[in-house]
Amino acid sequence: MEFKITMPRKRRELYKKDICACSIFGAMNRDGDRFTGDGVMSAIANMHVRGNGLGGGFAAYGIYPEYKDYYAFHLMFTGSNSDAKRSAKQDFDVFLCENFDVVYDEEIPHGDEATVSDPPLVWRYFVAPRKCGDETNLSDDDYVVMKVMHINTKIENAYVFSSGKNMGCFKGVGYPEEIGEYFMLDRLYKAYTWTVHGRFPTNTQAWWGGAHPFSLLDTTVVHNGEISSYGTNRWYLEMYGYACTLQTDTEVIAYAADLLMRRQKLPIELVAKILAPPIWNCIDRMNERERRLFTALRMVYAPLLMNGPFSIIIGQTGKMIGLTDRIRLRPLTAATRGSMFYLSSEEASIRLISPKLDSVWTPNGGEPVVGKLNNMT
Amino acid sequence: MARAHLADPHMKKTAQGEERMETAEIDATNMETKELNGRLRDLMLLGVQKIALRNVCGQRYIGTRLYNPERRKVEIEIFGTPGNDLAAFLFGHKITVHGNAQDGVGNTMDDGEVVVEGRAGDVLGFSMRGGKIFVRDSVGYRTALHMKEYEDKRPVLVIGGTSQDFLGEYMAGGIVILLGLGGKSHKGNFIGNGMHGGVIYLRGRVERAQVGSQVEISPLDGADREIVDHYVSEFIERFPELGLNKEEILKDEFMRLSPRSKRPYGKLYAY
Repeated sequence: MEFKITMPRKRRELYKKDICACSIFGAMNRDGDRFTGDGVMSAIANMHVRGNGLGGGFAAYGIYPEYKDYYAFHLMFTGSNSDAKRSAKQDFDVFLCENFDVVYDEEIPHGDEATVSDPPLVWRYFVAPRKCGDETNLSDDDYVVMKVMHINTKIENAYVFSSGKNMGCFKGVGYPEEIGEYFMLDRLYKAYTWTVHGRFPTNTQAWWGGAHPFSLLDTTVVHNGEISSYGTNRWYLEMYGYACTLQTDTEVIAYAADLLMRRQKLPIELVAKILAPPIWNCIDRMNERERRLFTALRMVYAPLLMNGPFSIIIGQTGKMIGLTDRIRLRPLTAATRGSMFYLSSEEASIRLISPKLDSVWTPNGGEPVVGKLNNMT
Repeated sequence: MARAHLADPHMKKTAQGEERMETAEIDATNMETKELNGRLRDLMLLGVQKIALRNVCGQRYIGTRLYNPERRKVEIEIFGTPGNDLAAFLFGHKITVHGNAQDGVGNTMDDGEVVVEGRAGDVLGFSMRGGKIFVRDSVGYRTALHMKEYEDKRPVLVIGGTSQDFLGEYMAGGIVILLGLGGKSHKGNFIGNGMHGGVIYLRGRVERAQVGSQVEISPLDGADREIVDHYVSEFIERFPELGLNKEEILKDEFMRLSPRSKRPYGKLYAY
């Protein structure tokens, strides 16, 4: 008997799946003192076996004090050869000059291209919004988000992968320590917060734009785990103008954090309970006030529940936040030493760069741990 | 017979009466997991009985490759932070960690002893089937997950502090004791979810709602008291620096958590 398949079907390539994990690490100086990336590079290299060389990336806060009032755009121009990458850049430059005042731009300095595989052309621009017409009603941040979404969906082979002020992401295909070396993060930049990720691409192929961190404005996310609710989350975020273009799940967390924290101004304690809500039978046991709050959050924000195992580090100006899923299916260790605050997949990596620690703990699932700059107003 | 050809040449040498090193030290700085475990195995086969590991930093599976048909035993001291799955499949050896341990300590451990002079991470004693683990402070999620016992093999976990959620999940055997020292209350939820064997003794209290529905909470009887008394003594011996008083610990209230049924899912899956 013959069955006719009427649905168009794409042939899916089965690829060999290595059993690995991800590694995440974050270090913050809460006094705001800035330090180079070599410590976090050693720390993440110590978790080398958690990754497989198919992605690594960094977010660094406080690296551009001389341009701190301008949005720092980091761009990736992809293509099969250098002409194609240059041509993508030309298309992008036309759009950028129509919408922003560019105060400075340059290729992001990097080491020998032979040490990494197929790097895109990576460029940075320091820009100020130039709004026209109705756009003048938008806040600068909203304007930037709108333009970033436009670039990532409409301009071929051009991806904004970092768009905050006085911060920047650096990422690509390789082990994180190789990516750090490629962008010379141990020599060229000083940040008060570094977050870093070694990636095992769970369900998608590795490409430079698909490496962590994922970011929008100054919010960055590095993630260990898998967001199985990606489809629902993505659909919901699209209604608010966020386009998921980077072909992997973590992107939705960055946009959800932007929506909830910047636009809706919710505190992280509530945001954590939206992304990783308590399960219903825990809610049933709460007192009435809490039960009403958590029930309401689960109803209103159901499509932003991040289902599946995760531990994440969210970076923002002046803040570093660690969070795991509600039943802690991925590891996260937090530690402090003086003004330093650390988050890591494994304690050993923290001990490597800070052998003595004041406190070490593993946060409860769904409960955020937050480090803040001491002088933040 | 099948095992004969697995014997390492080193063993023949020692059997012929060559000089043995009694103790050895390995500097684990920048050493990879495989190399570290390889060296441990070589030293064991040379007949070394005590090995100190210095500058350990995240190397995994320490002690896992020390199976030997002759049942030689080594004592390993770890300085630094061992990586995940410390003492996995441990074959009767003794490991002391002077500091904290990460996730998966004692994974499917067969026999022997692990002492952690600090805290341990998630899934401590996962599928453990024999031996003892003593942790001075508290432990992470899913401690004693699917721990089991068979005939004379009965694994024991003694934890000085408390545990995070899912303690004793799918537990099938063995003994877990939580001492709640330093006034630590047991805040973990989902204790004993799916538990169908073994026993958990808690010093202090837990609410019914923190414990899985398959689990019965009862006071300790005489036999329970003997077990707890015995392992509290062993715990105190291993951490003399804490200056603990056994009577002080034992006079407080303990709770016994054990499964209502050995086959909680029998009706669900079998018909």
